[in-house]
Amino acid sequence: MTELLVGTKKGLFVLEGDAGGPFEVTSRAFAGEPVEFATRDPRSGRTLAAVTSAFYGPKIFYADDPTGEWEQSSGVELPEGAEKPLERLWTIVPAEDDDHLYAGGAPGVLFESHDGGASWELNQAFWEQPTRPEWSPGAGGMCMHSIATWPGDPSRVALAISAVGVWLTADGGKTWEHGNKNLYPRYMPEEAREDTLTLCVHNMHRAPKRPERLFMQFHGGVYRSDDAGESWISIADGLPSDFGFPMVIDPEDPDSAYVIPLVADLDRTTPEGKVRVYETRDAGATWTARGDGLPQDDAYLTILRQAFCGEGSGPSMGLYFGATSGDVFGSGDAGRTWFTAATKLPPVHSVRAA
Amino acid sequence: MPVVRLRAPLSELAGGNRELELEGSTVAEVLAALEQRHPDVKGWILDERGQIREHINVFVNKEYGREDTAVRESDRLHILPAISGG
Repeated sequence: MTELLVGTKKGLFVLEGDAGGPFEVTSRAFAGEPVEFATRDPRSGRTLAAVTSAFYGPKIFYADDPTGEWEQSSGVELPEGAEKPLERLWTIVPAEDDDHLYAGGAPGVLFESHDGGASWELNQAFWEQPTRPEWSPGAGGMCMHSIATWPGDPSRVALAISAVGVWLTADGGKTWEHGNKNLYPRYMPEEAREDTLTLCVHNMHRAPKRPERLFMQFHGGVYRSDDAGESWISIADGLPSDFGFPMVIDPEDPDSAYVIPLVADLDRTTPEGKVRVYETRDAGATWTARGDGLPQDDAYLTILRQAFCGEGSGPSMGLYFGATSGDVFGSGDAGRTWFTAATKLPPVHSVRAA
Repeated sequence: MPVVRLRAPLSELAGGNRELELEGSTVAEVLAALEQRHPDVKGWILDERGQIREHINVFVNKEYGREDTAVRESDRLHILPAISGG
């Protein structure tokens, strides 16, 4: 039995089922509210949800049972004197040390919890980056959406922000450096590409079995890094488009990655009206389309950056993604065949399996 | 004292109270008194800068109020979500 936490424009839906058939909606929380992201911390079993009410602002809530009572976390706010309030929360990620979690949000902020998500504090070193006044947001705000920890080493973390590129720490977040070499922002004038900080990363993941390797979906570009995020290599050849939002990796296979290409920045829908996931098993040298069971006729879907996830690894790895159409699709065989897990949900913001 | 009227979910955060008497001579002071008495409300009406959230309306009687709007002893403050969203 797989549990899916599906964050939508109108609440959090918990779905349960087995790969191959439709999933059942077992509960809905935060009815009417945009749930940007929800995940279950595998260490504690606790579910955490990032909820951004249009009226009451962004909050993190947590529950030991997502079908039960939720409590609001404390400390999820910017310091006094901030020019703008906290806008949105995009991701929550378990860290490498016990009870430690990270949360990323807009405007380009990192929060940390040391009590399993009940209370949070801002990472001051990142908040006080001297270049912050020069930072630019992407269309969804200045969102910190990807936080890649280093297995077994809590001191090393990579962050990615739209549109402020990749940031690396090797001292547990006390200092931060750029990791942007060879990213190619073709949405910028040629003269500005080399020095710009306006680097619109859409999603980034680390390969746990080879942690110096990261994969990235960029705003026009798919990349791999083999030096812990300091520099990047284009691996987009063979894809129908290098634009897209989410990305998934097989945690046991450092040569694997999955993307869902969209046409382009001006047409953020699945190419040719066909929904296809593309898989590489050779670190991006080649890509294989995986669409068996997915809509292939007049299907113009948009899949957002947090709306694609994996479960397990290897040939029986689960893959799940949701679209802004409200459809959720799944695979129980690492993408070779797909099934429809749910339809007619509100627009899907995030999908995580537990 | 001015009276603050709340609807869910704010009333739930304020201990189930839909109406409270609170001290203050401006909207900001009354809302600060609300947060002090019911800390769970903190961050829901006023953001971390102490400003009324963009999509929250505070009426003083029947007029829109801002943080510095004067409040009299006999006034009623209504805290309502704005007509916005999708």
